[in-house]
Amino acid sequence: MGTAISLAFQLERVDKNGHPFVLDFKAEFPATGITVLFGASGCGKTTLLRAIAGLEVTKKGYVQVGRDIWQNQELFMPTHKRSLGYVFQEPSLFNHLRVKANLDYAYKRSAKADPEFYAQIIELLGLESLLNRFPAQISGGERQRVAIARALLVRPKFLLMDEPLASLDEVRKQEILPYLERIHREFEFPILYVTHSMDELMRLADHVLVMEQGQLREQGDPVQVFSRGQVLEEDTGVILQGRVAEHDQQWHLVLMQLQEGELWVRDTGCAPGDLIRVRVQARDVSLSLSPHTDSSILNRLAVEIMEIQAGSDPAVAQIRVKAGEDYLFARITQKSVNQLGLKVGMSLWAQIKSAAVIR
Amino acid sequence: MLSDSDFLAVWLTLKLATTVTLLLLVIGTPIAWWLSRTRSWWKAPINALVALPLVLPPTVIGFYLLIAFSPNGWLGQFTQSLGLGTLPFTFWGLVVASVIYSMPFVIQPIQNAMETLDDRPLEVASTLGAGPVDRFFTVVLPITRPGFLTAAILGFAHTVGEFGVVLMIGGSIPGETRVVSVQIYDHVEALDYAQAHSLSALMVIFSLMVLIGLYLFQRKGSRSVMRYGV
Repeated sequence: MGTAISLAFQLERVDKNGHPFVLDFKAEFPATGITVLFGASGCGKTTLLRAIAGLEVTKKGYVQVGRDIWQNQELFMPTHKRSLGYVFQEPSLFNHLRVKANLDYAYKRSAKADPEFYAQIIELLGLESLLNRFPAQISGGERQRVAIARALLVRPKFLLMDEPLASLDEVRKQEILPYLERIHREFEFPILYVTHSMDELMRLADHVLVMEQGQLREQGDPVQVFSRGQVLEEDTGVILQGRVAEHDQQWHLVLMQLQEGELWVRDTGCAPGDLIRVRVQARDVSLSLSPHTDSSILNRLAVEIMEIQAGSDPAVAQIRVKAGEDYLFARITQKSVNQLGLKVGMSLWAQIKSAAVIR
Repeated sequence: MLSDSDFLAVWLTLKLATTVTLLLLVIGTPIAWWLSRTRSWWKAPINALVALPLVLPPTVIGFYLLIAFSPNGWLGQFTQSLGLGTLPFTFWGLVVASVIYSMPFVIQPIQNAMETLDDRPLEVASTLGAGPVDRFFTVVLPITRPGFLTAAILGFAHTVGEFGVVLMIGGSIPGETRVVSVQIYDHVEALDYAQAHSLSALMVIFSLMVLIGLYLFQRKGSRSVMRYGV
């Protein structure tokens, strides 16, 4: 129990528009690495995070982080006594304080003052040149970096991040993601990261909690969770994980070794032996009965049909296929299913039009 | 130009206004905080009670205070049991009366400033390990400072300008209850217009300066924290 985080909440309320909202969430996950809390907008992710932080007063709740109990039937520890860091969706700096004073606010209240740690954080998030500015004088991305640094300076036992990139445009997102990856590499404390973005999930997650209408729907390793089924239909896809086997410098490609079969993917600077993840979306996978070698598509895997699902659109079918231990989804028309006579158990070829390397 | 008794009245007025302003800031802040955050049914009646001195004639306030302060009144009983004697015609009687009389001028600007304060900075502070008192001094106070400044200025100026209540419960005892406004009244009664002129001019200049300072400051802060005219 010392290395896990356990949560349980029951909460009922009526939202601004008069709709009832029920949060009934129970989960236990490892107290290491980044756990991504994933779900559509409005499914209660923020409410859950606020409840963990004690910002939302819940009568029926249980929060345990490692050996520390923050909340149970008898106990409700106020937010300022919980050893947590919280990064809000919009960068919420104290506008009346300069960047340095914002950071010092957290630093002065942290368990122990450690100038080396302070310097490390400023270096890690590249804040040196911003210290004497006021929040109104820096960009949104910079403000969010300061907010992240400030949360880290608390030296939390548990870091909560509520869609920290959602309020930023694409360029700023790409600017901050590498910082998040560095935090992940350099610090040990567990992070619960809320997002509805598949991209962020793929890049950051060690563990994933999928939330739907206030409840936990699935959890586990992201590669496994997303090979099981349609988590969000319009976004159906899987993550494949494998080692880089070969490097083709002429065509800027790398060969990724799967359990059965291999994939050519774009060279993003990985070396042979690196473990990489790629994302393959259902709409980029087609099926054929014979291996076409006269096609522009490089990647072909021998697969077996596991399941034929009807899509929400009557014209579309979603086929779950298996290649060794790996799963893929293919989105094709019902007409093709009929013409090719596809059935569960059939062996055929999956053609993968594109596979995006995510880390 | 000003006689010794005039100076005594000026000194007494400043002492009274300072005491009342400080007391009101201490008493008024928690009340303003509660009023700005509560969703209780009691908010409306308490708001009305705070605003009451704005609309009541000072003589009404003075009359009821006189009754409450009297040896048989509940406040009179209370102060006597503390061994403080009775309050009418004393400096501290004036202080209590002025606190009530000037209350809306201090509470309302603070309350308005606090109502515009978002919950977010407070939540952020608590996630950074700041307890309630810490949050008040490091977040609430700095952000709502313009409201506090307006409150202090208005409370002070309004106490300086009070007359009716003082006359009802303070009378005109030199050095004890004879504030500037009463001193002017006495001068006029004695047909000593020259002295009345000097003191009155002083009051006009003082009030004008205070208000110009206030409006300049508010324009700089851009947000109006004064809901009612003086």
